[in-house]
Amino acid sequence: MAQQIRIALRNCGKLDPEKIEQYIAQSGYLALEKALFDNKPEDILKLIIDSGLRGRGGGGFPTGIKWQAAAKQKSDEKFVICNADEGDPGAFMDRAVLEGDPHSVLEAMTIAGYCIGANKGIIYIRAEYPLAIERLNVAIDQAYKMGFLGKNIMGTAFSFDISIKLGAGAFVCGEETALIKSIEGKRGEPIVKPPFPAEKGLWMKPTIVNNVETYASVCPIIVNGLEWFRGVGTEKSPGTKVFALAGKINNVGLVEVPMGSTLREVVYEIGGGIKDGKEFKAVQTGGPSGGCITKESLDTPITYENLIQIGSMMGSGGMIVLDEDDCMVNIAKFYLEFTLDESCGKCTPCRVGNTRMFELLEDITEGRGTQLTITKLETLANTIKKASLCGLGQTAPNPVLSTMKYFKHEYEEHINNKKCRAKVCRELLTFEIVADKCVGCSLCARNCPVFCIHGEPKTPFVIDQKACIKCGSCVEKCNFDAITVS
Amino acid sequence: MSRITINDIQVEVFKDATILDAAKEVGIYIPTLCHLDLEQFNIENKAGSCRICMVDVDTNGRKKMMPACCTPVEEGMVVKTNTPEVVEVRRTVLQLLLSDHPFECLTCPKSLDCELQALAKKFGIYEVTCTGKMSTYEIDHSSKSIKRDLSKCIMCRRCETVCTTMQTVGVLSGFGRGFKAVVAPPEMEPLTESVCVFCGQCVNACPTAALTEINYISDVWKAINNPNKKVIVQTAPAVRVGIGEEFGLPAGTEATGMLTAGLRRLGFDAVFDTNFSADLTIMEEAHELIERVKKNENLPILTSCCPGWINFLEFQFPELLNIPSTCKSPQQMFGAIAKSYYAEKIGVKPEDMVVVSIMPCLAKKYEASREEFIKDGITDVDYVLTTRELAQMLKEAGINLDKLKDEEYDNPLGESSGAAVIFGASGGVLEAALRTAYEWITKKTLGNVNFKDVRGMEGVKEATVDIDGLKVNVAVTSGLGNARKILTKIKKGEANYHAIEIMACPGGCLNGGGQPYIHGDTSILDKRLKAIYSIDESKVIRKSHENPYIKKLYDEFLIEPGSHKSHDLLHTQYFKKNK
Ligand SMILES: Cc1cc2nc3c(=O)[nH]c(=O)nc-3n(C[C@H](O)[C@H](O)[C@H](O)COP(=O)(O)O)c2cc1C
Ligand code: SF4
Ligand code: SF4
Ligand code: SF4
Ligand code: SF4
Ligand code: SF4
Repeated sequence: MAQQIRIALRNCGKLDPEKIEQYIAQSGYLALEKALFDNKPEDILKLIIDSGLRGRGGGGFPTGIKWQAAAKQKSDEKFVICNADEGDPGAFMDRAVLEGDPHSVLEAMTIAGYCIGANKGIIYIRAEYPLAIERLNVAIDQAYKMGFLGKNIMGTAFSFDISIKLGAGAFVCGEETALIKSIEGKRGEPIVKPPFPAEKGLWMKPTIVNNVETYASVCPIIVNGLEWFRGVGTEKSPGTKVFALAGKINNVGLVEVPMGSTLREVVYEIGGGIKDGKEFKAVQTGGPSGGCITKESLDTPITYENLIQIGSMMGSGGMIVLDEDDCMVNIAKFYLEFTLDESCGKCTPCRVGNTRMFELLEDITEGRGTQLTITKLETLANTIKKASLCGLGQTAPNPVLSTMKYFKHEYEEHINNKKCRAKVCRELLTFEIVADKCVGCSLCARNCPVFCIHGEPKTPFVIDQKACIKCGSCVEKCNFDAITVS
Repeated sequence: MSRITINDIQVEVFKDATILDAAKEVGIYIPTLCHLDLEQFNIENKAGSCRICMVDVDTNGRKKMMPACCTPVEEGMVVKTNTPEVVEVRRTVLQLLLSDHPFECLTCPKSLDCELQALAKKFGIYEVTCTGKMSTYEIDHSSKSIKRDLSKCIMCRRCETVCTTMQTVGVLSGFGRGFKAVVAPPEMEPLTESVCVFCGQCVNACPTAALTEINYISDVWKAINNPNKKVIVQTAPAVRVGIGEEFGLPAGTEATGMLTAGLRRLGFDAVFDTNFSADLTIMEEAHELIERVKKNENLPILTSCCPGWINFLEFQFPELLNIPSTCKSPQQMFGAIAKSYYAEKIGVKPEDMVVVSIMPCLAKKYEASREEFIKDGITDVDYVLTTRELAQMLKEAGINLDKLKDEEYDNPLGESSGAAVIFGASGGVLEAALRTAYEWITKKTLGNVNFKDVRGMEGVKEATVDIDGLKVNVAVTSGLGNARKILTKIKKGEANYHAIEIMACPGGCLNGGGQPYIHGDTSILDKRLKAIYSIDESKVIRKSHENPYIKKLYDEFLIEPGSHKSHDLLHTQYFKKNK
């Protein structure tokens, strides 16, 4: 039986986040003490590198390597940034950590500062998280009072300050270079890398940007040691990952499982299976920029590499379960629409390309699709992935590509048969009145907005297919289940 | 140095070079669109936004497509610029740009001088494979200088870099998100609601017709064809070293004689020279300089020939409004004299006279419309055309400028000294003023008239000139970013200059917003610069106060520099503008 192991969420729900004493009682600030008193920055760096901890914010970049790159830079000033923008609409683990255990992030940021030689930390958090912001403010105050932040932390020569910067809520501001621009008061727009933030980041100074969950995983590694951490998860992806389960699943919410658990374990054992006994169709991981995973891959262990291999990605850990009632073309269109709205518009492939892809998908769901539409989608997707400036554009075609790969037959049905098997794409539906069932009450005809249902009272009514706008009003109104949709 | 391989060719380049730099080194062409390198001015647009320059890069086994214009080389990099994959990506990106671009080349002011059009040709795009909804925006006609047609904007951000980084005006920046993103003044307001100074550097930088000048060609045709109007024309110094480029002559061709001939063929009643009024400006400005230096008050004195810079002052440094010279610009002085002295001479009523200026400048279009320059309904200058618009008119009239025989300017407003022509280059106004001021102060003949310290493309130039023991500290700046530095110093009381020349356009008017497009090739500017100083060298008279027609103008009309009449006609004042 699969089980949850809580590292990032270890204290969430277990302690009063506004009481630093309770955090301290759970070995809080022990890692910082160990770092400052028993270790040189290089030792902690080595520990984090050897632990194999990888970024939980999406890319899975090795955290220790990133810190090392910043540590190597010579500069009068460096910065530690916590990325709490959490723009993926399906994810809320960062909020949970910040609301439930803010000190774990403050402590880890301070340790990061010690490692790379920075004295300033900034938490970039979306303004839509008022409770998390409040808890962070309380926690920061307390940490200053107790000497865990500020000048000469715990009496050592090391000083570190943390401030909060509220984000405007744009998804793209979660991309690290855009986030840095936004902190600088500029338009939140990604810039080309290299140079990477670790070399030239905030105000052109070496900067590390890490995700909330990444920071939340740091202190336990220092307290419990490398062996313990590497004992959880897989060789290349040690530790745990928090997922936000949503969609057609019985138990929705946050789960934290060891890396390497299978989707089956997460969906069926922890998530309690599909709602209403419907049939499982796919899981969308990686949020709007991820891809769908099908039945065939249910037993694949979840690691960064495996997910990419099957055309999806870890992303921030959103996991949306889809069942037979979901149309995969429509799902792809839905996600693409999200990225479209969130694109900053800076580079051509993303600004124009994703709009064109969306229009092509509309062609398919509205019955204008042809084989050429598919070819065009493929060419565009390829260019957008390769040529976009930032991760948003580079991953935007993923939902389309992965649905085209695994659910090609659904695309083909839409194109060739003008049918949507999930009955989601309205333009492809046919509404018909079954003569046997119709009592001729005329209720449907009176509710049709375009008056295309005709008939004499007490005899079966007929829908004029040419005039029907597929709005579905008639189906809703009929008291005798006499109208079929196909 | 780093060694990399491009298309199997080894190349060694400086560490901070880009892949594009390295490719140029070995003669490999990589197409670009958003990239703009104004090398002379240390301004480079590296937005990396168009994605036309994508190349295949293998950095120690890590393979990725990267934009060549903004990716620094790394030791051992292996680059392929022309694989089928790369070509397909590039073509698709271009198709995407075209899919949101109006196909208006036939009626577009930028046609045949458009970098997007040129790229489509170069790529051999003969078919549109990509269509969909298009961006539409209202055209911004609000100003007298610049037309903004955002439906043709490709988001290259060149204008933004130029306006914000080089000019430090910061009017243009990214606005809106996703498909609706464009580059515009704050809140998409029209340009006239912004702090734009109309220097036109953004127009020069724009690869398409999203930013162009407001065109007055048809008004000028109408005036020329109106038998009841006496239509006269003046040509700014920098026009004669730029216009040849529009007719296939090599950059740096001095086209003064062809220019006058061409203007006469167009039907102007008299062809005069702004250089004449540049000499006049020196008379008035040198007089003012000497007065202020003698009294040692209200120093430094700043030149006032450039309306772009005057706008900048009025917006950004209102506390310094009293320090520029009160002289009108040569363009306005010309108009004022033409419609008084000259009109009287030839017996034409000022209201029946039309003054057209040919300028390298977009700010001059705005300047001509300033209220201070309209008296009793009579404007000093009626229409301002750019060098580019004049070329267009000549082409419309079937006049091949390059084939014309040299002709002379008309008199009495056509004669000029070498000191006047150098107004077209940064440092020229100050050098001209020094030539005259020296002789007036010392009452001696200036032997060497060349003040080489203030010449050249550098943004800030300083010199100390010894005028018979009087040490005069001068500075010359061009480009508004440089002007800001000097003005901030003055504001803080840290500057110790007597006189400063400021030009809004980097390098001066030879690089004005109305000159033929250089498409980032700043070596063209060097050639124009050389041509200007060679005209100066070739003149017998090289000091403004020795221009016989200027002397005559004072004898017959103005009496003396700084006279009541001069003040009335040739001087102006400045006003605070609200940000
Ligand atoms: C469009 C886009 C949005 C992103 N949003 C977030 C986000 O909300 N939170 C986050 O931590 N990382 C986000 N990232 C990833 C960051 O760029 C960055 O890689 C991450 O913060 C690094 O932290 P990590 O190494 O700890 O994962 C986003 C990336 C892209 C391309
Ligand atoms: S990929 Fe999209 S979000 Fe990223 S820079 Fe380009 S336009 Fe902006
Ligand atoms: S901007 Fe260029 S491509 Fe566009 S219409 Fe004008 S000439 Fe053609
Ligand atoms: S004219 Fe000059 S100031 Fe105005 S927007 Fe263009 S670059 Fe900026
Ligand atoms: S207006 Fe011209 S220069 Fe500015 S971003 Fe658009 S295309 Fe580029
Ligand atoms: S420098 Fe010359 S061209 Fe440029 S704005 Fe000033 S006057 Fe006009």
